[in-house]
Amino acid sequence: MNDKASLVVDRRTDYVIEARDVVFDFGETPALRGANLSVREGEILAVMGPSGSGKSTLLHCLAGILVPKRGEIYFSGRRLDTLSDNERSALRRDTFGFVFQFGQLVPELTAEENVALPLLLGGLRRSEALGRSREWFKRLGIDGLEGRRSGELSGGQAQRVALARGLVADPKVLFADEPTGSLDSLTGELVMELLVTAARQDGTTVVLVTHEPRVAAYAGREVMVRDGRVSSLVPDMHAP
Amino acid sequence: MSVPLTLLGLLEREPSYGYDLKRDYDSYFGRSKPLPFGQVYATLARLSRDGLVEPGEVEPGDGPDRKRYAITPVGKQEFETWLGEPVEPEPHLQTVLFAKVVLALMLGRSAEQYLDTQRAAHLQRMRELTELKRQNSLIDALLADHGLFHLEADLRWIDMTAARLPSLAEAVAS
Repeated sequence: MNDKASLVVDRRTDYVIEARDVVFDFGETPALRGANLSVREGEILAVMGPSGSGKSTLLHCLAGILVPKRGEIYFSGRRLDTLSDNERSALRRDTFGFVFQFGQLVPELTAEENVALPLLLGGLRRSEALGRSREWFKRLGIDGLEGRRSGELSGGQAQRVALARGLVADPKVLFADEPTGSLDSLTGELVMELLVTAARQDGTTVVLVTHEPRVAAYAGREVMVRDGRVSSLVPDMHAP
Repeated sequence: MSVPLTLLGLLEREPSYGYDLKRDYDSYFGRSKPLPFGQVYATLARLSRDGLVEPGEVEPGDGPDRKRYAITPVGKQEFETWLGEPVEPEPHLQTVLFAKVVLALMLGRSAEQYLDTQRAAHLQRMRELTELKRQNSLIDALLADHGLFHLEADLRWIDMTAARLPSLAEAVAS
């Protein structure tokens, strides 16, 4: 938790997340070739693009999972990519939430323990963490499933549990990478509906990576990643 | 499908006879529905009246088709504006989208930029329908879904076309 103290504001900004000329390679293969992106607070942004365009890599850089080879990442004006591994871990745990394509629940834990995990890792008492976890089961319409393990959940149920885990710590930013990718259309829409409703109610910023237009249509704005660069389809009217 | 604007686009390449315009129109845009000669000449007369094209001198020779039409600066402007505008995002617009892409490639314009503009217009409409769906009855949602799935099909075509632009440009040039 002390790691947070070392985060200082490096630049004044209205944006909660910013990428400046971000370059990232996987070995010899370039993934990002100078990506720029700015995400406003409370915005739900869809990051679209074909397979292999670099959109997931961009999300991983924005979230501090990957460190760019060149360029800068800012979170609320604070430089994120120059933080130590521990500082970035702390930031991810305390300030960011994540949902991935395949729920990625811990199979040994019950659903409610999975949801409580970010709180437990953040040092909250077990009873309090489980209490807050259970509130999310109600909120996402999955109450009754708290005691199940991931093997006993359907795909849609598991993804709602994963969404609850992504939101339980009241993150500033939720990073969602193809969150409906493994679901059928109807279940996918239910998950998006829940995600968007919760984010709007709580003012959570969402960075949503998807290649599906019907999923992107839940966002307020979209950008395209092509060949490792970001292009806005229309000018950002709110840009300063 | 806008016949007058498509003919204007074809005329931007070079001044042409009505016969040439009909031939090119049919081979690119009218495969299932060729353009009648009467419509070609009536359209050219209207475009000429509106100052968008101008007929050349009557050339000596046989047959009725002895005037070559050229696009005017006003006509060019009119075409340019049309080409850059996204088509109203409704289902079943493939032919207009198709015509705009082919004309852009034929005339060396940025087809990619046009496709981006169209993609943005489609996504904006999809956002509106999604919001409608979220706030209204199941029947409204069903109707919105019908629109959403058709717009998504258009978008898949737009993505596929964008991915193929270099080879399409070659095909149109040949």
